[in-house]
Amino acid sequence: MTTTAPVIDIREVSRTYGEGPPALHDVTLSVRTGEALAVVGPSGSGKSTLLNLIAGLDRPSAGSVTVDGVRVDGLSETASARYRRARIGMVFQFFNLLDDLTVGDNVLLPAQLAKAPRAEARRRAADLLERLGIGRHTHAYPGRLSGGERQRVAVARALMNRPALLLADEPTGALDTAAGADVRELLTGLNADGQTIVLVTHDLGLAASCATRTVELVDGRIVRDTEHTAVVGR
Amino acid sequence: MSALGRVVRAGVGRRRVQTAVLVMTTLMAVTASVLAVGLLAASRAPFDRAFAQQHGAHLTGQFDGTRATAAQLAATARASGVTATAGPFRTLTVRPRTASASDFLPAGVDLPPVTVVGRAEAGGPVDAIDLVEGAWATRAGEIVVADGELPARLGTRLTFPGAPGSPTLTVVGLARSVTGTAEAWVTPAQAEALTARGGPAAYEMLYRLRAAGTDAEVAAGRAAIAAAVPKGAMTGSQSYLVVRQQQTANAMAFVPFLVAFGVLGLLLSVLVVGIVVSGAVGAATRRIGILKSLGFTPAQVVRAHVGQALIPAAIGCGLGLVLGNVLAVPVLSEVGSAMGAPAASIPVWVDVVVPAAALVLVAGAALVPALRAGRLRTVDALTVGRRRGAGRGRLLRRLTGRLPLPRAVGLGLADPFARPARSGTMAAAVAFGAVCVTFAVGLALTLGAIQERRTLDSAGSVVVSSGGGQGPPGAEAVPAGGTADAPNAEPGDVAAALRAQRGTGRFYGTAQAEVSASGITGVTTVVAYQGDSSWGAPRLVSGSWLDGPGQAVVTTRFLTAAGIRVGDTVTLTEEGRQVPVRIVGEAFFTDGEGMALLTSTTTLAGLGLDAKPSRYYVQTRPGTDLKPYLTALNAALEPVGAVATVDTADSSSVIVAMDAVIGMLTLLLVVVAGLGVLNTVVLDTRDRVHDLGVLKALGMTPRQTVAMVVTSVAGIGLLAGTAVVPAGVALHHWITPLMGDAVGMVLPRGMVAVYDPPTLVLLALGGLVIAVAGGLVPAGWAARTDTATALRAE
Repeated sequence: MTTTAPVIDIREVSRTYGEGPPALHDVTLSVRTGEALAVVGPSGSGKSTLLNLIAGLDRPSAGSVTVDGVRVDGLSETASARYRRARIGMVFQFFNLLDDLTVGDNVLLPAQLAKAPRAEARRRAADLLERLGIGRHTHAYPGRLSGGERQRVAVARALMNRPALLLADEPTGALDTAAGADVRELLTGLNADGQTIVLVTHDLGLAASCATRTVELVDGRIVRDTEHTAVVGR
Repeated sequence: MSALGRVVRAGVGRRRVQTAVLVMTTLMAVTASVLAVGLLAASRAPFDRAFAQQHGAHLTGQFDGTRATAAQLAATARASGVTATAGPFRTLTVRPRTASASDFLPAGVDLPPVTVVGRAEAGGPVDAIDLVEGAWATRAGEIVVADGELPARLGTRLTFPGAPGSPTLTVVGLARSVTGTAEAWVTPAQAEALTARGGPAAYEMLYRLRAAGTDAEVAAGRAAIAAAVPKGAMTGSQSYLVVRQQQTANAMAFVPFLVAFGVLGLLLSVLVVGIVVSGAVGAATRRIGILKSLGFTPAQVVRAHVGQALIPAAIGCGLGLVLGNVLAVPVLSEVGSAMGAPAASIPVWVDVVVPAAALVLVAGAALVPALRAGRLRTVDALTVGRRRGAGRGRLLRRLTGRLPLPRAVGLGLADPFARPARSGTMAAAVAFGAVCVTFAVGLALTLGAIQERRTLDSAGSVVVSSGGGQGPPGAEAVPAGGTADAPNAEPGDVAAALRAQRGTGRFYGTAQAEVSASGITGVTTVVAYQGDSSWGAPRLVSGSWLDGPGQAVVTTRFLTAAGIRVGDTVTLTEEGRQVPVRIVGEAFFTDGEGMALLTSTTTLAGLGLDAKPSRYYVQTRPGTDLKPYLTALNAALEPVGAVATVDTADSSSVIVAMDAVIGMLTLLLVVVAGLGVLNTVVLDTRDRVHDLGVLKALGMTPRQTVAMVVTSVAGIGLLAGTAVVPAGVALHHWITPLMGDAVGMVLPRGMVAVYDPPTLVLLALGGLVIAVAGGLVPAGWAARTDTATALRAE
């Protein structure tokens, strides 16, 4: 399902914090549309920094980051927010759902921030929740759901504005085995439908099962870049 | 430094916003309180000191010598409640003329009439006269004048043309009576000699009373004295309380509103300290756990948190003490100069007690949340994470999510309901600020109305001076330059010129004279009106304006001093002629220290005085250009000996000072209220930093973040501000009459009811402004919060 067009183009990116060693060092990486990229590596290897740079949450000390044709590294705060709401969907390890909003309202939030037409946004939210099998929880609060269900809500919210790129940071890290498998299946299905995904994980099993390509970071450098032909060929 | 000291110092340094809030809060509260208590205690000090030193007269009585003998008057010393007396002293009102030139005046200038008392010696058991300069009058031809009452020095010679033989007396002394029992003193024999043949024989008696602390007690003493003499013999009296009020009026007028600001400030201090320390405890829960795990006892934790509040509060107290004392200087120096005494200062006990009380309040307010911190279980404090009032405000969030509002605004609107207690304290801080603004705006409007209408010459846009020796109402009736009085222009000529002038709307004339009035010690300035003056009348408190001869309008202060009411009659006396006038109205004006009597020119004519107006007040027609109007009018008035100028009113320095003090205290209080909001929003933003990170990760822009945070306080501000406007209005309506009472005046309704609907609508928005101003800075911080960092926050 991949195409040759790169949705992410990272060139010679370094990120240094203070006087310490660089979190990322001269990283160049390209991700094609439809790819599912898993970024793996030990703690402190620079995985989250890379994800933050792609999401526009952080800026590189050197190099450039282009996502879906947008130079992310030079955006203002406002432009960065607009970029995220239009092109990026984010899934976090601890879900990051707003506890005092219902499931439906959580999912609607990105569309509301983007000032999307209300009726259309509601239809889209309902559709996503049904597709992900959690439509019955629309009016429930996140605190009442299981971990797997919460992560499904988070995925629905991430997909609300039809992002070009879905970023997932340890999406199964806080889940038990069954729920983890459930989320793994969900991400695999999304990628099969054409959704480009960048996945940061410690879980090599997750990387192997739902990523089309794995990049391994060590001390801020890419030490391995592997395509999973079997998955790509699905 | 001890471990506890280091913890306290680190807490104070680390929480700069909270420290600044506490400093500002206590600064404002202590400044207002020091000023209020200090002025209350110090403004009366010069009078009270002089009164005690000179054994001042609690009551000065005037008696008709034809109805009571000197022996009968002396016997009043045995009246109930009387502890000491002086007198009877012969008293008379005479008009002096300068017989010798001085630095002030040339020879031959008629001075205003003065009350002269025949008194053998300066000392005595009551009203010991303070001889400022020279010697006491001990022989014929000598006179002692009250310091500052007459333009005379030692050696000045004064002639009394109205007295038998037109005697000339030499000023041998300058003296001061604490209660102003006379404007000049001569020997008893000289007083007899000055009395016109067949003129009224009048006596003055001075009394000290056993109980004289209140108006009622002095009135009881007066009644006992009046009962001890033949009926009608007591023609007037003056209480020392009235004199003291006149002497200290300006300073005392500050006290009611300063007390209000002080109380508001102290209450706000307690609230803000509670907010700040509660917030500090909430935000430092993990830190408390760490301290306890290191061995801090609960008592040390409590002391650390109370100390963190007390250090900035002590700094605020110190600054407030300095500011309060500095602001008191100009007000108290005026009181001191009125008594010829050095300027009073804020008593030391005020400088000790007020800050101490403020610190006790701060400690008390800090103690409650500090005790909570002390009781926290170490393990709970260490394991505490991100906490939010789960379940609270969910319904509101759902509802606001369905409103046709931007989502950021909807989220902000629902936010206060997630933490109702914190929102409540924020609303209280805003409410205090809004009450203060409403109150201050009302005070400014009232003072503005007083400033505008306090003088009798404030009506009209043009004033025509028609010559003569009479100055404007309230001015000293002493002609400057020593030239002989020019005759006043004929009223008919001036009126004709005014009527003929295009652009003239309406006008009236006033004449002025100084005469004796029954019940009033000393001379009374009479302002006499000619023509339809209803449009230029001072604001009435009760009764009606002059609409015929034989009527008069006076102030509350005059009524109190004379012991009369509207409807009673006052007898005016000039050179033996007497004219009774009926008081038909009680008005508000400050001319002649509020002791002038307003009547018609026919009254002056009845007293044998020149009744030709010396001034005309003209209201031009709307749209009249004053410059060409004045040019043309002056051309017409020149042949009749009058001149027209623009009517410009001066401003009262006391009111200007009041406005400045009110403005400064309001600003301080509003800033404190705004800082209270700021502190609450900072705490809330810190608590919600993770949610903010999520929202920003989902695409919330900085502008949307600011909108959300500002909306979260704007609703509270609007509601709290609107709700408390009536409280601010009520406070104003309660305090302003007390300010009037302090100066012996009743304020007309129009000067108290100053809030009109547009003003009230604007004031209702005051809370919104305070809340938004307080929320903007932390909203900016929230917008600038690093998203990645916020997402990692617990």
